[in-house]
Formats: sequence, C-alpha cells, structure tokens
Amino acid sequence: MGEFKVHRVRFFNYVPSGIRCVAYNNQSNRLAVSRTDGTVEIYNLSANYFQEKFFPGHESRATEALCWAKGQRLFSAGLNGEIIEYDLQALNIKYAMDAFGGPIWSMAASPSGSQLLVGCEDGSVKLFQITPDKIQFERNFDRQKSRILSLSWRPSGTHIAAGSIDYISVFDVKSGSAIHKMLVDRQYMGVSKRKCIIWGVAFLSDGTVISVDSAGKVQFWDSATGTLVKNHLIANADVQSIAVSDQEDSFVVGTAEGTVFHFQLVSVTSNSSEKQWVRTKPFQHHTHDVRAVAHSPTALISGGTDTHLVIRPLMEKVEVKNYDAALRKITFPHRRLISCSKKKQLLLFQFAHHLELWQLGSTVATGKNGDTLPLSKDADHLLHLKTKGPENIICSCISPCGSWIAYSTASRFFLYRLSYERDNISLQRVSKMPAFLRSALQILFSEDSAKLFVASNQGSLHIIRLLEGSFKHLHTFQPQSGTVESMCLLAVSPDGNWLAASGTSAGVHVYNVKNLKLHCTVPAYNFPVTALAIAPSTNNLVIAHSDQQVFEYSIPDKQYTEWSRTIQKQGFHHLWLQRDTPITHISFHLKRPMHILLHDAYMFCIIDKSLPLPNDKTLLYNPLPPKNESDVIRRRTAHAFKISKIYKPLLFMDLLDERTLVAVERPLDDIIAQLPPPIKKKKFGT
Amino acid sequence: MAALEEGFTLSAVCLGAGPDGLLGVEQSDKTDQFLVTDSGRTVILYKVSDQKPLGSWSVKQGQIITCPAVCNFQTGEYVVVHDSKVLRIWNNEDVNLDKVFKATLSAEVYRIHSIQGTEPLVLFKEGAVRGLEALLAEPQQKIETVISDEEVIKWTKVFMVFRHPVLIFITEKCGNYFAYVQMFNSNILSKYTLLLGQEEKSIIQSFTASVDRKFISLMSLTSDGCIYETLIPIRPNDPEKNQRVVRSLLLKAVVSGNARNGVTLTVLDQDHVAVLGPPLPASKECLAIWNTKFQTLQASKELPQGTSGQLWYYGENLFMLHGKFLTIIPYKCEVSSLAGALGKLKHSQDLGTHAMPHFVNWETSQGCGLGFQDSEPSKRILRRRKIEVSVEPEHPASKQLLSTVKKDSEKHIEVEVRKFLAVKRTPDFQIVTGDIVTGLVGRCRAEPSFYPRSALMQLIQTHVLSYSLCPALMEVALEKTDVQMLQLCLQQFPDVPESVICTCLKIFLSIGDDSLQETDINMESVSNYSDTVQDEKMEEQTEIVQNGFSPEEDNRGQGESQAAAEEAASCPVIPKRAALLNAILHSAYSETFLLPHLKDIPAQHITLFLQYLYFLYLKCSENATMTLPGIHPPTLNQIMDWICLLLDANFTVVVMIPEAKRLLLSLYKFVKSQICICSELNKIEVSFRELQKLNQEKNNRELYSIEVLELF
Repeated sequence: MGEFKVHRVRFFNYVPSGIRCVAYNNQSNRLAVSRTDGTVEIYNLSANYFQEKFFPGHESRATEALCWAKGQRLFSAGLNGEIIEYDLQALNIKYAMDAFGGPIWSMAASPSGSQLLVGCEDGSVKLFQITPDKIQFERNFDRQKSRILSLSWRPSGTHIAAGSIDYISVFDVKSGSAIHKMLVDRQYMGVSKRKCIIWGVAFLSDGTVISVDSAGKVQFWDSATGTLVKNHLIANADVQSIAVSDQEDSFVVGTAEGTVFHFQLVSVTSNSSEKQWVRTKPFQHHTHDVRAVAHSPTALISGGTDTHLVIRPLMEKVEVKNYDAALRKITFPHRRLISCSKKKQLLLFQFAHHLELWQLGSTVATGKNGDTLPLSKDADHLLHLKTKGPENIICSCISPCGSWIAYSTASRFFLYRLSYERDNISLQRVSKMPAFLRSALQILFSEDSAKLFVASNQGSLHIIRLLEGSFKHLHTFQPQSGTVESMCLLAVSPDGNWLAASGTSAGVHVYNVKNLKLHCTVPAYNFPVTALAIAPSTNNLVIAHSDQQVFEYSIPDKQYTEWSRTIQKQGFHHLWLQRDTPITHISFHLKRPMHILLHDAYMFCIIDKSLPLPNDKTLLYNPLPPKNESDVIRRRTAHAFKISKIYKPLLFMDLLDERTLVAVERPLDDIIAQLPPPIKKKKFGT
Repeated sequence: MAALEEGFTLSAVCLGAGPDGLLGVEQSDKTDQFLVTDSGRTVILYKVSDQKPLGSWSVKQGQIITCPAVCNFQTGEYVVVHDSKVLRIWNNEDVNLDKVFKATLSAEVYRIHSIQGTEPLVLFKEGAVRGLEALLAEPQQKIETVISDEEVIKWTKVFMVFRHPVLIFITEKCGNYFAYVQMFNSNILSKYTLLLGQEEKSIIQSFTASVDRKFISLMSLTSDGCIYETLIPIRPNDPEKNQRVVRSLLLKAVVSGNARNGVTLTVLDQDHVAVLGPPLPASKECLAIWNTKFQTLQASKELPQGTSGQLWYYGENLFMLHGKFLTIIPYKCEVSSLAGALGKLKHSQDLGTHAMPHFVNWETSQGCGLGFQDSEPSKRILRRRKIEVSVEPEHPASKQLLSTVKKDSEKHIEVEVRKFLAVKRTPDFQIVTGDIVTGLVGRCRAEPSFYPRSALMQLIQTHVLSYSLCPALMEVALEKTDVQMLQLCLQQFPDVPESVICTCLKIFLSIGDDSLQETDINMESVSNYSDTVQDEKMEEQTEIVQNGFSPEEDNRGQGESQAAAEEAASCPVIPKRAALLNAILHSAYSETFLLPHLKDIPAQHITLFLQYLYFLYLKCSENATMTLPGIHPPTLNQIMDWICLLLDANFTVVVMIPEAKRLLLSLYKFVKSQICICSELNKIEVSFRELQKLNQEKNNRELYSIEVLELF
C-alpha cells in the first residue's frame, strides 16, 4: 500500500456530555439515552448497539426523566417543567407541554402505557392521559411537602410509589391519596446527615417497594404495612439509580462511586421455594456517578457523569457466545463531527455550541515508517464560530474548497462564506436563507463546492447552487409518498452527478443530480447504514452497515458489483465482523477508485480491491513491522484489507491527497481530565 | 488420605478365645453396639464408644456355639446357633440362654446372615438358604443339598442389591473354587467356577467382596501374598450353565504368603482394602490399608502381639484380635486432593533438569496384571468384557531378574540390572522396577551383609520410582547412613514424607566430615563458594558504603552485621555436606507435617543448618538477581522458607543457646538492612514510575504531529 504522511490531530477538544437517563424499550429492543446537555440518543440494541437516531440538545432543556410509553413513544421531562414527546420518524420534537408544577424531577409511564405520571418540584404528582397524538392532563395526586424525585408504578397499576426527600409515599391510583408515608433513616454511617434523598424507587408486583437513597442504602419496604423489611448499605456515597428486570428476579443499582451492583432473587437454600434478594455482583466500569441504569433481559446498562454508556451482558442469560456476550462501552457518537477541506487542508470541528476551524501544519521532511517529522508549520486555529441561541448544533460541513461553512441547529440553518486574504480570514454570513431551510440533519457540499445538499428533517433533500456570496435553490427531492423518514446520511459522487441518501431503516436512495430524478433505490438491508460514499470514476456506492458488512453497488448498472458479490459469497473475516464500533466514514482518493478508506473508532482500513480477499485462516491484521524485503512484498500482496490500529480512539480519518492522511484522535485520558473529579475512594496502599 | 487412628482394646478381660480366634463380630440394631461371639460358648454385646460390655450370654457347658450370633434387625432379637442345629433367639432382657426360644433344625447351619432391610438368612452347610421366618414356621422342614459332596463352604457374604438380598458363598473342592450367587427376588442360584490362572498352586487364604450395580467384586488374597479381583455378574446371562470367571491381579505381594496365623483381607470402600498379615516373612503382623487404584500403601500399623488372622469392618471401625484382646482401630478415609497428597511441590526448576518420576498408571498396571497390552485405556467396562480372556505369561526377562535378585551375588545382580535397563521399556516397566527394588531391599533386610548399592542407584535413576512404591528403600539407606543414596532418593522421589526428609536432615547434619569425604556425592548444586568469597567481599563492602542511606543510629549495627557477615562469608559446612543439605532444600514438603519433626533435631545441628542457610542467604543477596551460582542451586525462596521453618520449630531452643544467639542477631541485622534497601528501592521505584509516566505523557500529549506510516 505504501507510505503515508499522517497528520495526527489531537486538538479536537471534544468532551461528550454526561449521561443523565437511560430508558430501555423491550418491544423494539432500543435504548434511549439522554445526556446532561439535553441530547437524546436512540441505540438499536439489535443492530449491534448502533446509535441510529439522535435529538439535539438545548441549553434550557435539562432532561431529568426519560420514558417509553404506549409501545414506542418516547417522552422526556426536565427542569424547565415541560414534558416533551419526540417524533422518532422525523427526528424532531413533536410537542412540548408545560406540566405547571415547576421543574419535573421524575416521570413514569403506567404499566399499560396509557398514562404518564410526573413528579414535580412543588411536591405534586400529576397524571396525564396519553392520547394518540398528545398527552392530556388528568388529575393531581395528594400534594407532598417536597419535590418528587422518583416514581414507580406497581405492575398491576393500582398503586404508585413516590420517592421524595426523607420519605417515600405510596399512593392509591384510584383515589389519588397517599396511603403510606415511609420515613427513611437519615443516619449515614452513624452520622446524621441533613437530608436523605430518595433517588430511585421500584415497585414490585408483590407489593415490595425498593428504594435507593443518598445515604448509600438499598431498602426493601412492605407497601401494605408501610414498614421497612430489609436494608442493604452498599456504598459510602449516594445510590443514584435503580432498574428492575421485567421478571422481577433481578435488579441493578448504580452508585456515585461508579459501582453498579446487581441484586438477584435467589433461593435461600438450594431447592427451597423461599427466595431472598441477594447482592450478587458488583461492577466497576465507571469512574464517576452512575446516574442511570437500565435492565434489559440480557444485560445491565449503565451510564453516568463519565459519559460512557456501558452495556454489561449477564452471562447466565446469554445463550451463544457472540457479539452480545461482550461488554460494550460506548463513548463517542456514531456520527461524524468533523469535516475536512482537502484542498486547503482545513478541519472543521463541531461542538455542541460552536465550531472550530483549524489549518493543518506542514513539513518538508521525509522519513521512514514510525518517524515523527519535524514541522515546518504548526497547525493553526483559524476560527471559533459560536452559535446563536440555546440550541445545539445538529450538523456542520465545510466545502472541499474551504470557502463555505454550513451548519444547522434544530430551528435555524446557517451558511457562511469564508475568504482568505493572506493571513486574515473574513467570514460573511449568507443571509436570507429560504424558509424551507430551517433545520438540516445532514449537509454536504459537492466536490467542486458549487452545490450544497441539505437533508431536512421532513424527509426532503434540497439542492442549492452556490454562487459567489449568494445561492440559488435548484431543486427539492420530496420523500417517497407515504414515508416520513428523515435522511441522515448523504454522499455525492465526485463528478457531482449522483447523490445518495440514506435514512435509518429504509434503503439508500440514489438521485440523479443532472436530471433531478430518483435514479434507483438500493435494496433495504436489515441493519442500519452507518456510512456512505461514492467512488470516483466508477460511481460505485460503498455502504457500510452496523453489522460490519460493506456493500458496493454500481450506480450506473443499478446492481451490486462483482467485487461486492464475491465478498458476500466468501464472507468477511471473522475478526472484521467482530469489531464493536461502526464504520463512521468512508472516503476515496480521486485517482484511486480501487482503494476504499474506511474507519471506525479503533482502526482504519484501506481496502485494495485488486488484491485477494482474506479468508478466516489468513491473518487479518499484523501489527508487527515486516522483517525483511520479501516479507514486505508478501504482506503487501497478501490480502485486500490493509489495517492499522495506531490511531485510537479515531474520530475522523480522510485522505488529503494520494499520500497524505489526516487522523483525528481523541484520547480518553484527555476526556477524563476534563471531567469533574470523581469521589475519592481510599485505595489500599495509598 | 486413608488413615488408621489410635486403636483401643475393647475388653479388659481376656476372651475365652481359642487359637482359632473369634467366631464373629456382628452389628446389633443399635449403632455403636456389636455382638462378639467367641469360639467357645459366649456371646457378648459391646458398646464400642464406652469400651464396655452391655451384656453377656453363654450356652450350657457341653454345648458349643457353631455360628456367630447375629441381630435380627426387624425384631431387635439376637439369633445364635449352637451344636450346628440348635437355633436360639433371645433379646436384651433374657439372662439365660437355656431358657430362651429354641428350635432344632433338620440340617447343619453354616452361617446366619443378617443385614439391614431384610430378615436373617440361614445358610446351611449343604448350600441351601432359608429365610428365618420360613424356617421358624416349620423348623424340621427338609433342607435340600445344593453343593456336591466334597465341596466345603469357605466363605460367604450377603448384600442388598436393589433392595433385595443377594447371597454369595464360595466352596472349595480339591483346590478348585466355586462361587454360588443366590438371588432372593428371583430365587435364582448361579454357579461360577473361579479360574485361578497360572498360579495353580496358590491357596486362597481370604475372601472379601463388595458390590456395585451390576457386579460383585470378589477379592481374594492368596498364599503368594497377592490380591486378585474377580467380577461376578449379579444377573447371570444363563443361570443354568456352569459359568467360569477369571480373576485379575489387583495388588502384588502385599503380605507374606506363609504366615503362621493366616492373612485376611477386607474391602473398605471402592478403592481401599485392609490387609492383616505380616508384610515380610520374618516381620510381625501388620494391619495395612492399600489403595487399589493407585497401588499404594496408605497406612499401616504393626500388631506385635500377633493376631488370629481375622478382621471385621463395620462403620468406621476395624475389629481384630490383637494378642488376646479384641482391638478396635478406627479407620478414616478423607477426601484427598492431589495437592494434599503431594504436599509442597518441588521447585519448578527441578522440572527442567530432572524428569519427574511418573506416577503409577493404575490402568496400565491393572491391565498388565490381566495380561493385556492394549493401547487404549482399559476402562473398567473394557476389563469386564475381557474377563474371559486367558492370562498371558508374564514378561519372562523380568521374572528371571526377580529370581536373580533373590539369590545371586551383588556383582551379578548389578550386571543383570544394567541389562534390564538397557532394553526397551515395556508398559509394566515401572511395576517390574518396583518389584526388583522391593526384592533387593527385602534381601538387604534379611541379609545384613547384602547391599547392592550400585544396582539400586541405577534403578533409582530410572525416574520411575517413588517413595510410596518402595518405602523400605530409604529406610535401608537410612539404616546404613548411605548419604549418597539418600541424596539421590531426595532428588528423584517426588513424595518423600516429611518425617523421612527430617531424618535425612538429621543424618546429613550429624555425619562426620571425614566419613563424608569418602563418599561420592553429586556436587552440582554447590558451586565453589570459597573461591568467590575473597573477591566478592570487597565488592560487598563498597556496595554498602555506596548505598549511603543508613541513618546515624544504624551505623553501629551495620558495622557489626558486616563483621558477622564476614564471619558468615566462609561456608560453615564442607561442600559435600552443602550438597546434601541442598538436596533437602530442594525436596518437596508441606509445612504442617514438617514442623513437628524439625523440633527433634538437636540444637547444635539446628545452629549449623541455620548458619549454612544464612550463608546461602548472604550469597544470594550478593548479586542483583538474588540467585546462587551453580547448575542447580537452591533458590532464595527455598532458603527463606527453611529459615522460617527452622526458626518456627526451634525458636525457644535457638534463643537459649549462646552461639546461636550471635547468629540470630546478625541474621536479624542483615534482614533489617535488607528491609532498608527494599524500602529505598520502593521509593526509587515510585520515582521511576513517575518518570515513566512523564515520558509517556510526553509521547502522547503532543497535540499535533505529522508522522510517517507505512501500510503493508
């Protein structure tokens, strides 16, 4: 494959937001995750834990509760006092409704899914009826003295438990009156704390209420008598979250020390029917507070301030040793936050509320494999562009020529013209954006920077011609009749003739940009598309899916290419299929249509289609440098997949020119360094 | 591990047992209570835990009890037969046997069997069997004759198989043995002829049997001292036909054949048998527990006052007549682990230089006993299928060698052994080697002048021997204080017991220097320390000065310890003794078993050994890798372990002796200085770690670089 100069970039100062809530939907096997900046992400657990959808955050919308109701409808509530329903098809907020109880701390959907309960700052518990297209306030329960921090329905739907400060209330749903008030001991390790906050409650069908609180306790209450049954002191810090399995035979709690404890209902003695809750397994996958936990049938899911989403499979529930049996730690979004101008060697970094433009450095030196070359010019921070308004940026893009920047928030679309005059950069916003260009899910410039493609959240694709300082709307591809699915991935052919767009589930649509028609649709595949690209000259569309399959589809021939068929027939190398992060970017060099560059978070690979494919017996990746000349030749011609794992975690990689690569890494240590300090725990020997 | 505990005598009074011993010991319906029938007129009920009799019953003068009293578990009554035909049934309240229930039978009774879960079964001398109930209903009923005229019942036992009793009895007729199996649920009597194989002359001296789901495993102890196993199917294929079963060799030469009082055998559990009899022709009688699976002797107990050659086993107790007294020896077989069996393993370094002796492969060895040479592992089932296979003649060469061992001169034996070792190893090589060694050692015992040293050494060096295969070998070597042999044994055997290690240590420490000089000892573990002492002493001194950390108050101590170190720098023992002691250091042990024996070593020897260990320790700490020079030196861990052990075992003694006091003091000073060094090293390590971290950060924290990458 040869030698490359690699611009190794570590100055992308991206820190993911901490996880605030997780909600697992058993029906669709999807997981909703909300972050402290208000972002909500949907992970498809069946599709290899791919983050298939996301809703951008909002500064004033701190989510405190997240739940699925009525099948697959997703609701969130937060400290701005609003209940929000998300539109999972159009990927926007369906509506926001004020609950009129001050900040909302907790929310729970009834077991039937038809009612929604919120716990507010003013101590009120409000019941909402979920109607087919909205929610409707029904009534208030007896008002409590202080904020309701946690709520749980009894699975029969007759009672609810509400955790407040220092006590737990049990309400009768029919009458709405509190039937028990269970006071929680404030004592904490012998010292009386000021307050004991009930961070979480879980109501079991046998009437047991499990509570977790700020004193580090997990307590079992009898809701019929309102008495404490059992007490487990599990942490020196707060226990912040609880989730119970559907079978009610196990539950999981997360503590502020980063530990997740698994409790199981086990027989007291073997073959006796008497069962007891026993703390079985502690897991320490987090360094910071575990703010949210969820319990899927086969795994414990936890997330917290340290921004990792951890999916820990329960080995006793996993039947086959496959993907799902492995521990997953998801830290980075499964979408691209970086775009690159090849011509000007610029990188555009997308943050929640600003964009950064960097100019890469240069060198005149050459060296051999592994050398770090002396820089003749260091990388340069050119621009820091802050967004206006509280909304997070959804997507951004810089044109290949480097003179256009476009980005979008949930309600506004921005286009800027950049001009370079020696060392100065001037930025000019293109004003008077048309009304239809309000919000974009994906933005893409054509290779000659003359056209702008925008995927809006209504499912339509806009094509805009860019002129010097102005623009002209060329065309809008309307979504197929009957579908409202938004397109979130775009790819344009280097010659500018073809545009490929993909949603989350349906197939990839290919449009002819010249005659503005839908050209063809690539047959739908049961795993979502994670990355798209069109090869130069051949116009082959390369599609990566979340199950790590890669297809090549010839756009002119409207069929899969011979190479793609061959690789499907032979199958990918088992190690390739066992990678656990999706391919987030595919790229080509104009002169080398046979070489496909693709990368995930832990490796990048250049596939040389002219070489034979590896089978399961060949060594897919050999990290050792070759020993001698014949070894170099042997390895060069051994198989098509040229893999390197030097750069990780890899957020972006692209070919700047034939022999130059740019790699954007984000070392985890740098992220940890920017997190608040964890609770200090005494370690042995320190 | 199976173990025999301290026995106790049951009756203070001498039993009226004749030379024939007791008639029997039988369980009563209460646990811990046993019916003992002597061969005269008396039945005594004993409570074992109290060691006292609870009741005693006698028949009238002139009458004689012919069959041991048993307890009818269904009614709690006792049953005895006197004068062969008269049945008596009584219970605890009865005082006089004359006045209890009496039934006179029409035929002579051989035995009454009574086991839990069924009524007592009466076996008549003619081979017929009746249930007690049926017999009492009509005492004078006709009893048929089952066995032929000249057949005599030798032994009998009853089992419960699938909740039905199965009775087996062995008859003998002109040196031929027959087994009869009577099933009571189907009322089938099957007859088997026991084929004895080639050892036609041997007389079976004792039988025992155990049962599993399909087979009765009949073990017999023959006059040649071997134990054979015969598997008799419980459900016969063809009950009408006279079937034949062969026996297979289970254990070889466990007792001496021609014992005066006879030998006896009792199966204890699946893998263990107890054998009562003299292990060697001349020796005293002995109770031994053998593991049949591993073919090892697990425990043994000498019974110097002689026995009647009878042994009973109930619950956890072995009953026998020791002298004139009924003795009970509790027997325990705990679950054993391999680690527990082997103790502390030899240092892994040993594996490289010496091949570990192979343990007895019980499967092949059993196969050999049967005469199989099959390559696939002969599992029990396989063995059973091949029961009918005739026995092949044993390896003739080894047989010849065995006879050579018994008669010829040392020189001749040596030549023969060399020849034997030169040929290709057969699967039974290990057993044959063991037999040869046993034979040689036995002869050594018998003839004090006979000691075929070089032959024995050659055999030991085959790596196939272990201590348990020939325990007497080391005993003989110990008797003769043959330190060279002992060193070899310690090096080659993986399973030398701690007590023997300790005895060796005693000898190694006490043997005179001049007698050591004459011996030819393997010195590879000892490098020539004295040479290096002089030049290294200088280095050592500068080293300590260079450390330069020593606080003021320690300076004085340091000087002293240095003086002591100088003193210790010359090896306190001669190299040959050092080599012997190194063999001890290398041997495997487990602390718990070693500690009590270490206490027996005299104080001055302890001091000497400690001095030597201290010397080694100093030597170790002279170089950075903390190792000793030489091919196979003791490791620092072994040295430390032994220092700790010695101090643990003899601390009070060592503290009292003046010369040891000085040693201890300098040892302490040295250890202290070592700890100082370690703590300094600790600090340095932390600094280096920080340095390493900084280094890494410098590599990683560069925000931007252009690198060259070559993809292959």
